Amino acid sequence: MRAKIEVFLKEGVLDPQGETIKRALYTLGYSSIKDVRQGKVFYIELKDKNPQGILEEIARKVLANPVIEDFRWEVER
Amino acid sequence: MGSRKVKFGIVVYPGTNCDMDTHYVIKEVAGEEAQYLWHEDLDLKGSQVVVLPGGFSYGDYLRSGAIARFSPIMKKIKKFAEKGGLIIGICNGFQILLESGLLPGAMLRNRGLRFICSFEELLVENDETPFTLLYTKGERLRMPIAHIDGNYFAEIDVLSELERERRIVFRYINNPNGSAHDLAGIISKKGNVFGLMPHPERASEALLGSADGLRVFLSAAKYVRES
Amino acid sequence: MIEKKLLQEHNLKEDEYERIKEILGREPNLVELGLFSVMWSEHCSYKSSRVHLKKLPTEGKYLIQGPGENAGIVEAGGKAIVFKVESHNHPSFIEPYQGAATGVGGILRDIFTMGARPVAVLDSLHFGPLDRPGNRTIMEGVVSGIAGYGNSVGVPTVGGEIDFEEEFSHNPLVNVMCVGIAEKDRIFYARAGEPGLFLIYAGAPTGRDGIHGATMASAEFGEETEQKKVNVQVGDPFREKLLIEATLEVMERNLIVGIQDMGAAGLTSSSSEMASKSGVGVELYLDNVPLREEGMNPYELLLSESQERMLMVAKSGKEEEIRRIFRKWGVNATVVGKTTDDNKFRAVWKGEIAADVPLDSLAENAPKYSRPYSAPKHDERFDKKWLRKKNWGNVLRKILASEHFASREWVYQQYDHMVQTNTVLLPGLGPSVLRIKGQREGIALTIDSNPSWGRSNPKQGAVLTVAESFRNLATVGAEPLGITNCLNFGNPEKPEIMGQFAETIDGMREALEFFQVPVTGGNVSFYNETEGGTVPPTVAIGTVGLVEDVSNLPRPERVKEGDGIYLLGWTGRDLGSSVYLRIAFGERGGKIPEIDLQREKKLHREIIRLVREKRVSYTFDLSPGGLLPNFAEALFKIGKGATLKINPEIEEVFYLFGESPSRMIVISSHEIEASVPVRKIGEIGGERLSVHLRGEEIINESVHELERGWRSFFPEIFNP
Repeated sequence: MRAKIEVFLKEGVLDPQGETIKRALYTLGYSSIKDVRQGKVFYIELKDKNPQGILEEIARKVLANPVIEDFRWEVER
Repeated sequence: MGSRKVKFGIVVYPGTNCDMDTHYVIKEVAGEEAQYLWHEDLDLKGSQVVVLPGGFSYGDYLRSGAIARFSPIMKKIKKFAEKGGLIIGICNGFQILLESGLLPGAMLRNRGLRFICSFEELLVENDETPFTLLYTKGERLRMPIAHIDGNYFAEIDVLSELERERRIVFRYINNPNGSAHDLAGIISKKGNVFGLMPHPERASEALLGSADGLRVFLSAAKYVRES
Repeated sequence: MIEKKLLQEHNLKEDEYERIKEILGREPNLVELGLFSVMWSEHCSYKSSRVHLKKLPTEGKYLIQGPGENAGIVEAGGKAIVFKVESHNHPSFIEPYQGAATGVGGILRDIFTMGARPVAVLDSLHFGPLDRPGNRTIMEGVVSGIAGYGNSVGVPTVGGEIDFEEEFSHNPLVNVMCVGIAEKDRIFYARAGEPGLFLIYAGAPTGRDGIHGATMASAEFGEETEQKKVNVQVGDPFREKLLIEATLEVMERNLIVGIQDMGAAGLTSSSSEMASKSGVGVELYLDNVPLREEGMNPYELLLSESQERMLMVAKSGKEEEIRRIFRKWGVNATVVGKTTDDNKFRAVWKGEIAADVPLDSLAENAPKYSRPYSAPKHDERFDKKWLRKKNWGNVLRKILASEHFASREWVYQQYDHMVQTNTVLLPGLGPSVLRIKGQREGIALTIDSNPSWGRSNPKQGAVLTVAESFRNLATVGAEPLGITNCLNFGNPEKPEIMGQFAETIDGMREALEFFQVPVTGGNVSFYNETEGGTVPPTVAIGTVGLVEDVSNLPRPERVKEGDGIYLLGWTGRDLGSSVYLRIAFGERGGKIPEIDLQREKKLHREIIRLVREKRVSYTFDLSPGGLLPNFAEALFKIGKGATLKINPEIEEVFYLFGESPSRMIVISSHEIEASVPVRKIGEIGGERLSVHLRGEEIINESVHELERGWRSFFPEIFNP
């Protein structure tokens, strides 16, 4: 079974990398861009049939830092 | 009492790279006792001060300090902190203390997005902590920084609590990384856990350009000796 | 039957193929062809350069190990100083970050395999001009790659150089030098000892990295092989750090006979070189090689260049202890072969022999060529219009804020240059100086090159580069102990390129013999040609010098108000290939400076004496850029102004901006006397730079304003 966990900065936390990418896109002429936030994606292969509990736990305990980050996960197949 | 040496334990994680520098300063320059603690150790071996040195524990993969906090030794370190033991986290060590919740807040990428290695000027904000009792409030220090994730972040109420309780110990004079409230080093609520981004061990000998950092180690040793 | 096309793909000439058949007494199989292809490549065999490299001096008072090992060794402060430079040019063009990062990783392994803890990295970098975005991207990637790898492994990047030339737009040069310190009685070599010992593979698992002929080979091996080809190698500094600590621990406990990094030609070259040097054979068990990808075949296993891997020969019975130490550091270590008594290189896979060739034919007896060469034409131009008077203040400002001269702080701030707490002289202040903990002595390190000298006159350029390197050391009172070198050239099959190479070696030999300083090793990088362009001959000279007392170094902060400014040495009519000509006339060629090595050496001796007698506040040399830009730069570091009064006998442009080699500035609060020409030309004071020429003030600038232009050039380009 394969799952995807996305980790991204909480709203309100400054994202200097996203800001820089936004500025770069702007200079390249993509003037409609309003905001860019950079995050991380983890693809996880696992044996469990019902991995929801584990996914929630590893995202909260390991992959994201709750002080600055939020996460969401989905089972892909 | 008196001339008895204080035992510092320096924690070595895979990827730590300031362990030997810290050991050298504590033993050869400060003249105290220094020992290494392996991250898998389940015992602090009688250390009176625990130092989490700088480096790239676990390559800083995932997030700086994020994986180190799961090391077996962290349980002992947390217990040690609860009992009031002195802990100093330098650079990556500070990041580990944040990740493990021993200090509040988190580190973001530097404002300029690049690694910065340079001498910075610091202001001593609190000279009553176990780590700064040999400094004077308002004193200016020169210490090097060397990091890419030193842009301190915390919620506003956490920051005001840090201010109110005088837990910001050092502040940057020219904020190099975007850190909130220009803070360079903070202590825990009980005052026994100290995290700082600048490297005191790199500023402990005049030959290397500054000896302003040495008193961090000397203060901790004095505090232990006198308590 | 092996076809022409297959030979071409393996870069083997027909006569080379005939030789292989003769050695084997039969046709090689595909795996064997791959082995010869890589081991006889220019990169591994030095087949074009060997006959010339032999001419370089390799004996010296302080020498412990000369060329032929992973790195050279000299003695300083009672320790073995292990050092080497290597190029990673082409990979850095393809993928700047990873190319540079793996370049750092590779050279570190060359150092710690000899039993030394790496203590410093320096790099010589050349890029195309920064007015083109492509060149900026390459430079930015290379700098972050060096930072990303070096900072993480905890080895400080303490110095180096960066310059820009048109030809490097498609052929950037990334030459990385590493220096390590070992105990003299605990040096390790690439040896295999005796028959019957086990070979242990430690580090990262093997993937299909850097296998050039892999696509073609795959077709032969059938469906087991995936068609995927990975060309960009990715470095893992974390694993390298663990590898360093585990390897040094294994060495400290004296558990191994020999060790070799798995670099170019990976498992094949490391095992065959060790065995060949000890006169034993080797048998590899390919089924034991740890894999990163599935379905790899013997061809790939033997030739993979995956990073962060080492091969060791264990002392008899110590295999388990070795594995335990590596395991403690989280590194995999596996037995993958053993030494034999039959002088063969044999690889076994799935119960069958995949390759079986005489060992010496791969390493020691690889072909050597005396390639034809033609004497390169030297640029002897000198144009009278270059002497025209200009607004010298304007010229100075432009030079200071040009890519050739502006402050490199933006670069070295990204490198951790202080970790390990040995860096006594920080980047930007002269050569790097490191202390050796517990000793009075220290080491001074520098790496220098000047492609525009090489382009105008390869031989003279090499002499000048060696002299410049040693002059840099003199500014901290250091004597050179030995050099390493990285020779960057185009295609050696072209006689004119081979001519440049031969002349360069002649120049190096002349200078090194004169100074009695040995070559301890180095690297030749040929084929730096893409899209029709060829790099100018570029010789990076990396030198290790001895500082007698690290607590006594000239430093800008020692300079006081009222200190005298002295010019020592000789000023000639040298303007060709100078920064001045580029900025003022857009001219990058011309006749390069003359040099009198007797005078040069005398100057070094006098400077070293003055430094050691503590008569110098600060001292620096004046090339490239000439007197005025270098003096202005010194003022920025001193943080004060000065008044200069000069009365030159020749046109002032030579004096102010000419790049004559044998001249230096000494700033001192003492009267300076020396057995070379000395002239007091001014005093430190105030906040402005004022220059009087024959009684008339020609420059009066705020030091602070000049500094701003000098300091902001790189930040403005890269942090818009």
